[in-house]
Amino acid sequence: MADTIIKGHVGIGPTVSGPALVAHDNFSARYDLDRIAGVFSRPGHKLFGESYLGKVLVLNIAKGGVATAWMLHEMADRDRAPLALLLNYANPIMAQGAAHADFPLIDRFESDITAVIRNGDRVTVDPAAGTVTVHDVG
Amino acid sequence: MKLTEHEEAVLAGEMGVPRQRALQHQIKVGRFFDAADLVEIAHVHIMADTESLGEAGVAFLEEIAAYPEADRRTLVPTVTDPRGADFNAYKRLKQQEDWIGLERRTIDAFQALDVLMTDTCINYQIVIPPVLGEHVAFGDTGSSIYTNSVLGARTNFEGGPSALAAALTGRTPRYGFHLDACRRGTAHFVLADRPRDWADWGAAGGIIGREMSSYWHVPVIDGVEGAPTSDELKHFGAALASFGSTPLFHMVGVTPEAPTLQSVFDGAAPEPMRITRADIDAFYESYRPADDTLDVVVFAAPQLSLFELQKLGHLLDGRKVHAKTTLLAATAPDIKKSADRMGITGKIEAAGGVLLEGVCFYQMHAREIGEANGWRRLMSNSAKIVNILGGYGYEPMLAPMEQCVESAVAGRIV
Repeated sequence: MADTIIKGHVGIGPTVSGPALVAHDNFSARYDLDRIAGVFSRPGHKLFGESYLGKVLVLNIAKGGVATAWMLHEMADRDRAPLALLLNYANPIMAQGAAHADFPLIDRFESDITAVIRNGDRVTVDPAAGTVTVHDVG
Repeated sequence: MKLTEHEEAVLAGEMGVPRQRALQHQIKVGRFFDAADLVEIAHVHIMADTESLGEAGVAFLEEIAAYPEADRRTLVPTVTDPRGADFNAYKRLKQQEDWIGLERRTIDAFQALDVLMTDTCINYQIVIPPVLGEHVAFGDTGSSIYTNSVLGARTNFEGGPSALAAALTGRTPRYGFHLDACRRGTAHFVLADRPRDWADWGAAGGIIGREMSSYWHVPVIDGVEGAPTSDELKHFGAALASFGSTPLFHMVGVTPEAPTLQSVFDGAAPEPMRITRADIDAFYESYRPADDTLDVVVFAAPQLSLFELQKLGHLLDGRKVHAKTTLLAATAPDIKKSADRMGITGKIEAAGGVLLEGVCFYQMHAREIGEANGWRRLMSNSAKIVNILGGYGYEPMLAPMEQCVESAVAGRIV
């Protein structure tokens, strides 16, 4: 099987590669994360208790308040940010936070990104091209 | 993005490095959302609590503050959201000294940028309310949704870095809720039973917020006979924005862009979802804990207006908060001064309550102060705070202000 390329809107931040952590739930850094431990801390979130460190987070929609705009930069500074964020729909706060932190973010894919990428898939995120490559490790 | 001659000069660095970097940031965000150009704004509200900023964010602000005054000064009036510490109360709350140091550095940096330290999320009630059609750059979701919806001014959620960029350039990328097309209704709700108090209005906002599937959805609420009060719409909007992450609602016959149902929909209005008393009761029920243990009662998010504080003062007058329970309320510094002068603070504090100024509970390291004080079971009349604190290790419960006060006095949930 060959690599699969998924097209989204042109994003923000540098190209990165890593394993995917996927859920169809939504995302807010303030509401959902323990940013010291680097885990999902909101009971009821499908990724509750999971470490997001070193992972390309693949989630549905940006939710919550405005704090994430500062938090991505602050988390990156302490090596407590995920590797990248792929969302079906980002909101201005995620885009602003990504722009401030130079953090890889892509959204608006041609199909539901949380259904196309499976947990643990190796992916390459290229925000300038607006593409995600799912690598065939066959 | 199309830039004016002035913006090209800013981008070339002719107005200094801070404004150049601010515009570079705005162009990145503008391109992400396909903005055609920038729109001039005349008013900024910036969210920058130290819990969100961290050392990295504070250092970023200090770096800008170190540039010459002509390069670093904000171009339009810029007011602040709540801070992370009340210097008069932080020891009582067991906040850590290193957070207080960050707080002082942040204030110094902001003052060097000529930012007005209002320290409030209810700036639309107590500072300068924007006017219909005015473009602004507001942070805090509650402030943004009230400004868009009730006042009819225009803003996206502007997080701290983007609000600061807007303050430095006097403009913001023209996308989202600055555009007519984004302000049309997309969903239809009928409030079949009028909410009775602030907590009820928050519950109604939470119920509608849960139905919102992205930032771009605009709920239209029908069935509200007679205008709600500013505080009722404040709780409704803050909860809607918190649960839904959406910055605009229309309330037919109440908010200025919705004189009639038809005026906010392109074509026929969709079938409405009816919200009844049973739905509001079920919303409360979804936060009901298994037993009556109570650690802390919090009135905040949004900060309390003078009217809300007056009511809290009446409810606490001559009462005593139980020794096992802590009661906290948060307001803006200017409202705190008024409350001091009018004897309201005295009533709250004589009962053993703590009236905090310039902060909001969830923006002051709520997780850590909860652990330091042994607070787990929390009661509030704010649906917004109940929504946020679930992720902070609390077991939050929503109840009307009267029930919260009675419980604080009893030392258990009543």
